[in-house]
Amino acid sequence: MKNLLSAADLTRNSAIEILDIAEGMAGVNDRDIKKLPTLRGKTVVNLFFEDSTRTRISFELAEKRLSADVINFTAKGSSVSKGESLKDTAQTLEAMGADAVVIRHPSSGAAQILAHSGWIQGSIINAGDGTHEHPTQALLDAYTIRKRFHGSDSVGKGLDGMKIAIVGDILHSRVARSNLLLLNSLGAEIHFVGPPTLIPSNPSNLNAAVHFSLDETLAEVDLDVVMMLRIQSERMNASYFPSEREYSRIWGFNAHRLSKLKDSAIVMHPGPMNRGLEIDALTADSKQSTVLEQVTNGVSVRMAVLYALLSGERNTDVI
Amino acid sequence: MSSNFVLKNVTLAAGDTRDIQVSDGIIVAVGADLAADEMIDCTGLVALPGFVDLHTHLREPGFEQSETVLTGTQSAALGGFTAVHAMANTMPVADTAGVVEQVASLGIEAGYAEVFPIGAVTVGLEGKQLAELGAMANSKAQVKVFSDDGKCVHDPVIMRRALEYVKAFDGVIAQHAQEPRLTEGAQMHEGAVSAELGLTGWPSVAEESIIARDVLLAEHVDSRIHICHLSTAGSVEIIRWAKARGIKVTAEVTPHHLLLTDELVRSYDSVYKVNPPLRTAKDVEALREALIDGTIDIIATDHAPHPIESKDCEWNAAAFGMLGLETAASIAQDVLIESGKSSWARLAEVLSSAPARIGGDANQGQIIQAGSVANIVLIDPKARRKVVADSASKSKNSPYVGLELPGRVVHTIFKGYFTVRDSQLAQRGHH
Repeated sequence: MKNLLSAADLTRNSAIEILDIAEGMAGVNDRDIKKLPTLRGKTVVNLFFEDSTRTRISFELAEKRLSADVINFTAKGSSVSKGESLKDTAQTLEAMGADAVVIRHPSSGAAQILAHSGWIQGSIINAGDGTHEHPTQALLDAYTIRKRFHGSDSVGKGLDGMKIAIVGDILHSRVARSNLLLLNSLGAEIHFVGPPTLIPSNPSNLNAAVHFSLDETLAEVDLDVVMMLRIQSERMNASYFPSEREYSRIWGFNAHRLSKLKDSAIVMHPGPMNRGLEIDALTADSKQSTVLEQVTNGVSVRMAVLYALLSGERNTDVI
Repeated sequence: MSSNFVLKNVTLAAGDTRDIQVSDGIIVAVGADLAADEMIDCTGLVALPGFVDLHTHLREPGFEQSETVLTGTQSAALGGFTAVHAMANTMPVADTAGVVEQVASLGIEAGYAEVFPIGAVTVGLEGKQLAELGAMANSKAQVKVFSDDGKCVHDPVIMRRALEYVKAFDGVIAQHAQEPRLTEGAQMHEGAVSAELGLTGWPSVAEESIIARDVLLAEHVDSRIHICHLSTAGSVEIIRWAKARGIKVTAEVTPHHLLLTDELVRSYDSVYKVNPPLRTAKDVEALREALIDGTIDIIATDHAPHPIESKDCEWNAAAFGMLGLETAASIAQDVLIESGKSSWARLAEVLSSAPARIGGDANQGQIIQAGSVANIVLIDPKARRKVVADSASKSKNSPYVGLELPGRVVHTIFKGYFTVRDSQLAQRGHH
């Protein structure tokens, strides 16, 4: 495996393998000296064309714990930049000998273009491309779910039969797309919930049940996981929904809705949260919330991905 | 090269074998056993009136890094065209008599095909104020077709006035049907594939709603209207309805909308980025049927050259548009002939006589008979060719590279002059 561009690149087995490696990495993160020599001498570039402090520092920490040389290349402010900048930047990084590039870019497909353009030879890891995919987020979510439900017995397991609702702005969510593909591969059943304006107009290729009512979904489906998506206020200005208040009332997660879930069920959020909009404080801080575990697990999972792509033990390119 | 010659043993559109005698730019005889100083064996080649493209972007003036009138018409000649209509979205925009006359004279200077400039409907293509349509019509360029192509004339009042106004000089408005608000930031066809790829959708309804409005406007003011690049099955239904109602509407389809679908966008290769976007297999099927049954009148290429840097980038940053002149005839052959559903006569209609009629091109699209201007294309229908990136165009953004397509243009004769002979471009144009 050379690149991680899409959650669709991961078979059930390869996904479980990465999650299992992440279990081992989590052990490293619990030690006093949180460091492995695995990527010593390798150069990893975090190439961020879009602001994302959380994802960037999560990758950076993962890279440093594997002893890679880390370069942060932030090209924000060039969101209107012409495409040459991606090409020129990629060729520059190639000339400097980057072994891997972690890319976040506002254009869907940017990671795929980078990987297949011939501009650069190193491994490409998609850290979010436009409204397309964010595969490491899906891996850390899968890891978090597996850990909550299987605990120390997680190794080797999938998410078979689990019922997972992803709630909110499905249309613009790379988190939803990657999770759909990965969680499906791991055997889970996916339910998309949101206002019709924020569900793709033709979801026929998406292997998910679509619901417009969160309350009905909570009543009808025995959910194990509710994953809340961040709502961006510019969606309101584009008439996707009338007001934050109305959105929160109909599709926000709150203590009342939390009481409808079974005790073992969990509530997830990729962060950063809009407390009071898509999720209320009581839910976010409840024991069923996994928000902080997701952050912690993100580092282990990204270490696992870097290890799988760069440690040189495997050469098969699943792309 | 002699200007008097006989094309020996050509196959005419109707299927019969004849000789065609050309003298001083005119077809002087069509018959058997004709003779002249120069005899050119055309056994097995189909002879059709030279093709006419109602929708070409020649990019000059202003975007000469993409194409010039010379390179665009050379590309046209290689595709079997003897006339092209040059779209108005140049820099400066072709919205004055001066610009259209410049484009027309560049065409004459090049000498590879007749160049008919299309005038902008509104000043600067901005959709706010009518351009001086009368001045362009009365200029030396004698503009008959007006279009803001690339942009939709979306203001209904401006559209109504334009439709009415051009009746004064038998002009026609060619509408780029795209509701702007429904397509803000649009990147590809809105459907099942865009949902997977996370690219902003360009919904079919944004095209269909404008076509529906405009055929009703054309009916109300009793004007003719031409719809550019139909791309959806729904648009076909609206045109069919409008024609049945007697509305004077004509419609075009591009080669790419007859062959390619939105599935290709999965590669995020921006060579497939075009406006209107590639649609679904169902839409392609409806467009092909509509071309065969006459609901759609013509094939027009929407040949849209772009420099490498405009395509060698991520999808969102890439320009819309693809090349089309050198592959159009092959795709027409695929749809009409290889399918077994239509005829060479229909192919001649959709690529020559109908666009010439819509555009008011007096010397183009004439039947191959004595007295007609010698604008002739000869096609080897049995040839199969793999499309390569090299072409006469200055640009390389062909979506067909690597595909095998039927048929090959062997000779293109423009006013009795071989602009293409044995599939090779003439060194010089016709002067």
